[in-house]
Amino acid sequence: MYTETQILKETSTSLLNGEGELVINVGPQHPATHGVLHLVITLNGETIKKIEPHLGYIHRSIEKMCESLTYRQFIYVTSRMDYLSAHINNHACAMAVEKAMQIEVPQRAQYIRVILDELTRIASHELWWGALAMDVGAFTPFFYAFRERETITDIMEETCGARLTMNYMVPGGVMADIHPNFQQRVKDFIKLFKKNVDEYDDLVTGNVIFQNRLKNVGYLSPEDAISYGCSGPVARGSGVKSDIRKIAPYDIYNQVQFDEVLETAGDSFARYLVRVKEMRQSISIIEQLIDNIPEGEFQAKTKAVLKPPKGEFYTRVETARGELGVYIVSEGGTTPYRIKFRSPGFSNLSALDHISRGSKIGDLMATMGTLDLVIPDIDR
Amino acid sequence: MFIKDYISDVYKAAKSLLTGMKTTGYYFTHPKEIVTEQYPDNRDTLKMAERFRGEVIMPHDENNEHACTGCTACELACPNATIKVITKFDISPEGKKKKALDTFVYHLELCTMCGLCVEACPTSAIKMGNNFEHSVFDRSKLLKTLNNEGSKIREGVE
Repeated sequence: MYTETQILKETSTSLLNGEGELVINVGPQHPATHGVLHLVITLNGETIKKIEPHLGYIHRSIEKMCESLTYRQFIYVTSRMDYLSAHINNHACAMAVEKAMQIEVPQRAQYIRVILDELTRIASHELWWGALAMDVGAFTPFFYAFRERETITDIMEETCGARLTMNYMVPGGVMADIHPNFQQRVKDFIKLFKKNVDEYDDLVTGNVIFQNRLKNVGYLSPEDAISYGCSGPVARGSGVKSDIRKIAPYDIYNQVQFDEVLETAGDSFARYLVRVKEMRQSISIIEQLIDNIPEGEFQAKTKAVLKPPKGEFYTRVETARGELGVYIVSEGGTTPYRIKFRSPGFSNLSALDHISRGSKIGDLMATMGTLDLVIPDIDR
Repeated sequence: MFIKDYISDVYKAAKSLLTGMKTTGYYFTHPKEIVTEQYPDNRDTLKMAERFRGEVIMPHDENNEHACTGCTACELACPNATIKVITKFDISPEGKKKKALDTFVYHLELCTMCGLCVEACPTSAIKMGNNFEHSVFDRSKLLKTLNNEGSKIREGVE
């Protein structure tokens, strides 16, 4: 066990030999950590010397739980990992089971999956956008972001049956066909969102106070991004090509035209710009697909009890936060022998200590906001 | 040209703040575009989506008949052991024994509304209801029996 006293003793003897050092705790209950993350920060005056994240406050042992659930049942639990991109998590798990069982997913189901994935990505980035603005002191953007996000959750509610933990994916396709209103409502949303995303730029992106808070703060070099295992917008903000949708396209991502958003500055503002631009790219993906959903089955015919052959199966998808890998070890039974999730939040958090060292404590919340941490995703 | 840069910076900063204020001002003067819903004051007009998963219900028709055969497919599909199907043996007029539903126990307090039971049901005997206001003062009130008293299986459902 690692107790607070030990940390104090260690930091005061080995790391900090100077004077005036201070160890403070941010969290586990702190509004800016957006969850129960506990950061032990060692300060010299206002300068950060060391950050040590303490995890485990929201550990639900999802990986162990999955070992006692069947291949149909374990998918719903993964909605509770990264709850903001619940749909994409379910997608990754369904894909892993399909790979193991060698199920061919119908075209219609693939289209529906990708459209809903992109809607989830926009919803997730919108919440992040509002929360980041609130972290750095602006309150109203949160409500602007939730206004559009509400439209998406309404669409989700109508088609999937739930607003946040959708559980719409089943191995072999989707649970039900899309709602008759789905296409029209998505088109209405795109029209509304295109107008409103410009408002985001007016309100926040161009704002001089906001820019000064984020520019040249939390610099992450491309080499460090790779060595810390960062993925998603965090890596792309440093100019590292890491979009799984481009590197290893799954479902119908190889048939749609979109750009991998790259920024080279590597600071917090670059990571901000990547996400705002990604929202526009997602809109363009949805626009290409929404009118062309092919007719046909929405779910492949599968056996009632799924028994994948003995072996190891790995799939990866691009969630709103980065690369999510699902690794299944099957012994041939009805439940998996072992499941491991490679979650993007955990790797992105590991870079926080490195990029915050030497900066001021006031910049920490802005840096942490642009890493877009979802704590249940880190702890699982 | 230090002073020139300084003035241009100040000008740009003021402009960026005014651009943001323009958006705020627009919504301040257009209160009709505000989308907030006044729950629970709007309870009478609140309409949930028909697929919304609020609780598991078992629809009964006017003859107090349901479609549950007691096959326990939902019990096996449930990840949280929310459902317990208790069966009995009915004796038909010809003297044959037939499995039938006795009590359909539903633990609402354990349910995560994943909808896997509805997906698994071969006779569409259960479905997800729209009610989402489940708060009670006593936890035991969340333990529900879904089949009505005296109900029996509909003719022709196998």
